[in-house]
Amino acid sequence: MCRIRAFEDAAEEASRGGVAAFGQAAGGSAQVRGPLHLSTGQEAVPAGVCAHLTPADWLTSTHRGHGHTLAKGASLEGMMHELFGKATGFCGGKGGSMHIADFSVGMLGANGVVAAGIPIAVGAAHSMAIQGRDAIAVTFFGDGALNRGPLAEALNWAAAFRLPVLFVCEDNQWSATTKTAAMSAGEGAAARAVGYGVPAVAVDGMDVVAVWQAAGELVQEIRAGHGPRLLHAKTYRFKGHVSVDPAAYRDPAELAAAMQGDPIARAREPLRAAGVPDADIDAVMREARQEVAAAVATADAAPWPDASAAFEDIQDTGSGRWRS
Amino acid sequence: MTYAGAAVAGLAKAMDEDASVVALGEDIGRGGIFGQYRGLLERFGERRVIDTPISEATIVGAAVGMALTGLKPVVEMRVIDFAMCAMDEIVNQAAKNRFMFGGQGRVPAVIRMPNGIWSSSAAQHSQSLEAWFAHVPGLVVLAPATPQDNHSLLRAALACGDPVAYFEHKELWPLEGEVDGSLDVPIGKARRVREGGDLTIVSWSKAVHWSAEAAELLAAEGIGVDLIDLRTIWPWDRDAVLESAARTGRVLIAHEAIQVAGFGAEIAATLAEESGARVARCGGLRIPVGYSPGLEAQARLTPQAIAQRARELLDRG
Ligand SMILES: Cc1ncc(C[n+]2csc(CCOP(=O)(O)OP(=O)(O)O)c2C)c(N)n1
Repeated sequence: MCRIRAFEDAAEEASRGGVAAFGQAAGGSAQVRGPLHLSTGQEAVPAGVCAHLTPADWLTSTHRGHGHTLAKGASLEGMMHELFGKATGFCGGKGGSMHIADFSVGMLGANGVVAAGIPIAVGAAHSMAIQGRDAIAVTFFGDGALNRGPLAEALNWAAAFRLPVLFVCEDNQWSATTKTAAMSAGEGAAARAVGYGVPAVAVDGMDVVAVWQAAGELVQEIRAGHGPRLLHAKTYRFKGHVSVDPAAYRDPAELAAAMQGDPIARAREPLRAAGVPDADIDAVMREARQEVAAAVATADAAPWPDASAAFEDIQDTGSGRWRS
Repeated sequence: MTYAGAAVAGLAKAMDEDASVVALGEDIGRGGIFGQYRGLLERFGERRVIDTPISEATIVGAAVGMALTGLKPVVEMRVIDFAMCAMDEIVNQAAKNRFMFGGQGRVPAVIRMPNGIWSSSAAQHSQSLEAWFAHVPGLVVLAPATPQDNHSLLRAALACGDPVAYFEHKELWPLEGEVDGSLDVPIGKARRVREGGDLTIVSWSKAVHWSAEAAELLAAEGIGVDLIDLRTIWPWDRDAVLESAARTGRVLIAHEAIQVAGFGAEIAATLAEESGARVARCGGLRIPVGYSPGLEAQARLTPQAIAQRARELLDRG
């Protein structure tokens, strides 16, 4: 959680002036450009869920995917370099924040299209079943994705084929500038899953221990061959939809109340109760910030992709040609 | 062997040779609605021949997940018109994956989308949309016109390692032809259907057969047609087309797809830029395909129309 928070704080700092949206103009000097979707406040969900995964398990993510990627074990440095658009980033500077992936740890990609990662995870789970491999797949998606067809299709598919896949709805209550509840019929994520015969559990997504416990049970059931499960984690994003969004559409009291439950501050309680000294807890965040600062420094110094890279990794059969 | 049977044989051969090849789609367990998967379930089992729900987005999305994790999926869209329900998965997910993630993953999937007019099936089952897919970097686009090519190109598509938009024609399934199972047809190489020196016709898919009939009509008038079946829409065989254009000086592009913004426009523009040939197009009108026989006929290309367009091109001097 601390690494995610530290990573995103630094990314936000490096992105100032780098995106035109919500009435703001883009400047040219930012180190991180384009839409940067921060998951500040939501860290307990990826941390609690991914603690149960191994690098052999598969993960698909969303436009707000930094936390998922880090929690799955991706290197913080490779991610920061990618956000800076450098050749040394995970995707060689071709993906950026919205398309971050680290296949080496089973992280099959963030996604710029809401709900699009869900069927891909179902396919990865199906592939494990076909190949007789033990790994499972996990897919994170927001509450806004509830209203897109691919989720409905994928829930049905996973249940019909009894696939080893965990659906995680990260419900931060907002879809861009819209309150999701105003746009969503029925009782929400868990009810929809149950409608497809997929058992679902709701959890306080601001409490990392609760997420860890609930996810642990679901992952165990999935690994035991009982088919798909859904975790509905109720959480909150502290920042705007993208880094430049002041979230003026949101009642400040709602944010203030949510911030009372900051998952990182809350995680201190069980640690203290277990006898961990405050100094050790503080050291975790301090070390995370140092690690991030080092990544920012190397990212800044790292080379840009060669112009010819724009023509690489498109397709082998009839790829685009260099203009003469 | 029929065009449909050639596809079954080609796929069966690929599945025999490579255990990572799987097929998924609606009703394919019963052989597919055109018989293009007949017998495969019995032979390869339900792990590798997967009957799916009616969920086009997830059929392609799941295939992307399968491809990224070690399989080579052959994906059935039933008719191209339903692939519209999976456009995000085809265009944003399958085609872009390798590039966006810096080459970490590849999507070796073949997406079969039966193209073209299907008689009496009206506007939502009769489209020819190959140009849409040719426009998307990352996709290979194939359109076999013969049983041999359907057999060989399906296997080439599976072997190429890139996502392939594969267009069989809805009305070519019963077409009979010789198939040599050992013949390799490379992607990107056109086929010369007949040779002639007066005029080149470039075509693909079912329109190749109409163009061949048009060439017969013209031959009776003493006009020699050099007929090229493109077979691959992307990467298309520019060399073959430019070479023929240099010999004949006149090129007619004939395709069933609507002429406006069709792939023929790309070929015509290339010829204008890179050859001295005079160019004309003959494609469908910009109308949805109607149900009534008379309405449907308006949307169909005919050998007569192609021949007439060729005469007009020749008359231009
Ligand atoms: C198919 C699609 N439609 C619209 C968008 C634009 N968009 C990006 S994020 C977003 C809100 C998504 O809300 P939610 O799923 O709850 O995720 P959150 O941003 O809250 O994490 C929208 C509308 C998109 N990326 N993809």
